[in-house]
Amino acid sequence: MTVNSSIVRVSKVTKTFRLGKIEVQALKGVDLEIDSGKYISIMGPSGSGKSTLFNMIGGLDKPTSGKVFIDEVDIAQLDAYELAWLRCRKIGYIFQTFNIIQVMTALENVTLPMIFAGIPNETAVEKGIELMNLVGLGDRFNHKPFELSGGQQQRVAIARALANDPAIILADEPTGNLDLTTGEEIISLLKRLSDERGVTIISATHDFKMLNVSDQVIWIRDGRVDKIEDREELSISIGTIGTR
Amino acid sequence: MPTGQQEKSSFGHIERQVVLPFGKSIEIAFKSIRVRFVRSMITTLSLVLAVAFLCYTNVNIDVVNGLLATGDADVRQQVTRSGYDVQPTGDQVENTPKQRWIVFLSLLVCVVGIVNAQLMSVTERFREIGTMKCLGALDRFIMRLFLLEAGMQGLVGAGLGALLGALFAITSGVVQYGIPAIVSVDWGDMLGSMGLATGVGCLLSLAGVLYPAMVAARMQPVEAMRVEE
Repeated sequence: MTVNSSIVRVSKVTKTFRLGKIEVQALKGVDLEIDSGKYISIMGPSGSGKSTLFNMIGGLDKPTSGKVFIDEVDIAQLDAYELAWLRCRKIGYIFQTFNIIQVMTALENVTLPMIFAGIPNETAVEKGIELMNLVGLGDRFNHKPFELSGGQQQRVAIARALANDPAIILADEPTGNLDLTTGEEIISLLKRLSDERGVTIISATHDFKMLNVSDQVIWIRDGRVDKIEDREELSISIGTIGTR
Repeated sequence: MPTGQQEKSSFGHIERQVVLPFGKSIEIAFKSIRVRFVRSMITTLSLVLAVAFLCYTNVNIDVVNGLLATGDADVRQQVTRSGYDVQPTGDQVENTPKQRWIVFLSLLVCVVGIVNAQLMSVTERFREIGTMKCLGALDRFIMRLFLLEAGMQGLVGAGLGALLGALFAITSGVVQYGIPAIVSVDWGDMLGSMGLATGVGCLLSLAGVLYPAMVAARMQPVEAMRVEE
């Protein structure tokens, strides 16, 4: 994977929602470039358009105007089939509520994206076990989701997100439903994966613990990019972050 | 049943396919029913009852026709007395239009019940469906899963209903006309009636799930991101 090429490019994106008769502009022209292999945090108060931007980057939502490029492909041009393919192969999703499919075991959850990708069952199971070991759940792959703790479920979700070796992992408040220690474990796991596998990790978060591991922090305010801070600048201003 | 569309525009080199093999679909659908057993049972129960009723009326006719075919005048009298409209020349009876109408209504009510139950099940599973879509599931995968589930429920429910209906019809025949009822019945006709009832039940189950499955399949994956339970 080439370093410093942009994997996600957002250009003049606006998004307008209609709430009854009122039109609400959630994004008011966002320009953004995200480099491949980085660990990015998108920060912003709720209502800032953070989630909207996040969904655009994930190809889950289409902009009202402007363009979103993932891997230099304009997602507005893709049909349903191509979008599904994109979600299956290029992007891994991690949710605040884990979203483990309850009717399947942990391992089946991890192998499902590989099944969608057309990988034969045995290969998928083999790789699934490997991934479960990677996230530290090697002994629990036959457990049902309700037998796992929140942190463990999130680990399963991370393994699932990695199943098809995606270029991007999108994490929406991955630590939002976890206690402090577990949250830290999940963050360091994500950081390790980003370092070891060169996956671009984009997370929307309120969690200041995330900032310490981020290569870049994008602050969103009122539908616009407020500022983009790199790691170096961040460590200088880190004393003030807590009080923000 | 891999339905891969290879090599389509933009992404090039990597094999472009999104598939859900048929065997795997069946496995997922089956597990899904097993995990939500009580809900599936309630969905199926209305089908069991409606199909049992359909099968009961049809097998009843088979029993009576079997009795008439023996040519016994006493039995013929008995049948006429119990309300069947036996033509003086023929030895066949049929369901009256009224009976058919009631059966039709019960089937209709059953379909509405299935639609209702399946719609609720879709709402319950919004997050699961959204997650699957985030993982790359196509609309038709979701559709197929729901149809398969409904098919299995239909087969089991309708089979059970047909069995119940037939048993009940034969028992009531024996009670009403004595042992000849069970001896003289044409088993082929009866199996035919049961088969018909099972088939109709399966069709109804599939028809009932069609709209809910469409709702599920069209759901946007962004729903999975929503936080509220």
